[in-house]
Amino acid sequence: MSFLELSGIQKSFGPVQVVKDFDMTIEKGEFVSFLGPSGCGKTTILRMVAGFETPSAGTVVINGRNQNELKPNQRNIGMVFQAYALFPNMTVHDNVAFGLKIAGMEKSAIDARVKEMLGLIHLGHLADRFPYQMSGGQQQRVALARALAPKPQVLLLDEPLSALDAKIRVSLREEIRMIQQQLGITTVFVTHDQEEALSISDRIVVMNSGRADQIGTPFDIYNKPATRFVASFVGTLNLIEAKVVDPATNRIVIGDQGITLREPLGSTVKAGDTVSLALRPEAGSIAEGAKGDTALTGEVVSSNFLGSVIRTRMKVGDAVISFDMFNAPGRSPPAVGEVSTLRFTASDLLIIRE
Amino acid sequence: MKTQKIGAWIAVLFGASYFIVPLIATFEFSLRMRRGEYSFDAYRSVFSDIQFRESFSYSIMMAILTIIFGVLLVVPTAYWVRLRLPQMRPVVEFITLMPLVIPAIVIVFGYLRLYNSSSYIPFTGSARGTDMLLMFSFMTLSLPYMYRSVDTAMRTIDVGTLTEAAQSLGASWPTIMFKCIFPNVMSGVLSGAFITFAIVIGEFTMPSLLNRPAFGPYLQLIGANRAYEPPALAIIAFAITWGCMALLQLVSRFSKSAPSKP
Ligand SMILES: Nc1ncnc2c1ncn2[C@@H]1O[C@H](COP(=O)(O)OP(=O)(O)OP(=O)(O)O)[C@@H](O)[C@H]1O
Ligand SMILES: [Mg+2]
Repeated sequence: MSFLELSGIQKSFGPVQVVKDFDMTIEKGEFVSFLGPSGCGKTTILRMVAGFETPSAGTVVINGRNQNELKPNQRNIGMVFQAYALFPNMTVHDNVAFGLKIAGMEKSAIDARVKEMLGLIHLGHLADRFPYQMSGGQQQRVALARALAPKPQVLLLDEPLSALDAKIRVSLREEIRMIQQQLGITTVFVTHDQEEALSISDRIVVMNSGRADQIGTPFDIYNKPATRFVASFVGTLNLIEAKVVDPATNRIVIGDQGITLREPLGSTVKAGDTVSLALRPEAGSIAEGAKGDTALTGEVVSSNFLGSVIRTRMKVGDAVISFDMFNAPGRSPPAVGEVSTLRFTASDLLIIRE
Repeated sequence: MKTQKIGAWIAVLFGASYFIVPLIATFEFSLRMRRGEYSFDAYRSVFSDIQFRESFSYSIMMAILTIIFGVLLVVPTAYWVRLRLPQMRPVVEFITLMPLVIPAIVIVFGYLRLYNSSSYIPFTGSARGTDMLLMFSFMTLSLPYMYRSVDTAMRTIDVGTLTEAAQSLGASWPTIMFKCIFPNVMSGVLSGAFITFAIVIGEFTMPSLLNRPAFGPYLQLIGANRAYEPPALAIIAFAITWGCMALLQLVSRFSKSAPSKP
């Protein structure tokens, strides 16, 4: 049995169904990210786990215990909010000690635990500061320490990094991941930033209007997107319409150029049908001697130098395919209007079946 | 430029003299109890009057009770409205404004009809009951100011998220109320409290019609029967009001440097 089980969760606000039949199990010590566009219901699910919202249907079970009847203050769940939500009237020490005092710990034990937690986030020297005397990143680390201090069963983070600037965001997400692994705490992390989700999660749930479109490791989510939505939401992706020539041999055409797919088209596809194919920008290259068993020829439409990579867009039939190549000092970027050959491996072409 | 400035100063001085001259005159008159020389005899007489001490301490007691119960009523109400009934805020705000619209005399006659000794809730049947009724009426009078200042202070904190943060850490409602919300709206509570204090000390209509020995009716009584004590009392009342105002200023300055939302 899994540590955290969400089964058949639904939630409606009035006539609007925000979460539709959400099922998921999370193992003890796992770090799971909910990834999805704004308004898809990520926060709502998190709030149902925390007990701030009551599911319209379904159950939340933690460690074998049904949580539906428990109030938020009986669940022993750590929560970190986007807006930090530190108590403005308390010092850093008192903020972190808050949950411990409520749990009825002794003063000496509280002090020791607070010290330990502040050490974990490297803010031991700021114990006497008030929240308004600290930067956003520091406040959020205190909020993390405060949530972790009472040893919660589950840690929930709702876009904890959204209010911070880019540099802090990267360093703090790594810090969160390190602390999570150190403590082995089961964690649910909500974000709409795919890079964040890909970089620190054990598993990702890609959500689309109240449903989980795909649940899998970052590697699987990125390389084997299950739906068109996942494919387009996670990473950049070329969606190419192709015409089936012969389903038996997996032969298709893009524009007027024939290609043989590695992945079987399946029995429901007939000759003349249109299929959607996906190709990651980093899968192809027009460099001399580029490897790949498949080639497409087209005209370069645009070419952007982005520093370490060059993003080029090429027109093949009706499709515009963009691809990234690493910058090489000895090679100038392709010129617009130039006709080039894009090479890639046929197995990198994914068939998108909704 | 220069003449403009002087003109402005003259205008200010003229306006200020409008308030200050009568006050100085009152003060001057209050010093003239002893014939031929200035003295504080009138003040001595006021402070030695047992009725002054009794009525003044009664009113202070009333003010403190009004503040305590007023705060206990207003803070949780404002909190709950912000947290759970945001759509009710205009309605609640309107209700709290009613005491400004309805004259105190109308309210007190309503009380007397509703709570007289032969009614179902005979507040006026005993002195303690009447005291309670008086306290409630003071609460009503101070409601517009108290609610407004507390609600304004509450605007500076994210009530919803702070509540949820506290809940997830295991806090119960009383803990959230007294550890997380109250301390953060203290500046509003204090400024509301000082206004309440000033109102209660000066209020005449309510205690007079409910026949309780408060400072307001005493002030009126002395004013009708003595010559030098009323100006002395007026000056004392002014001093108290000014003291409250100064405290208000202090509190609002203090609250600016106090912790606020990031
Ligand atoms: N209390 C509520 N009453 C009515 N509708 C709500 C309520 N809370 C959320 N919703 C609606 O539910 C939907 C999902 O909201 P939710 O906050 O879960 O989205 P989200 O995935 O967290 O989005 P974001 O990335 O913007 O935070 C939204 O359309 C929102 O308007
Ligand atoms: Mg959200």
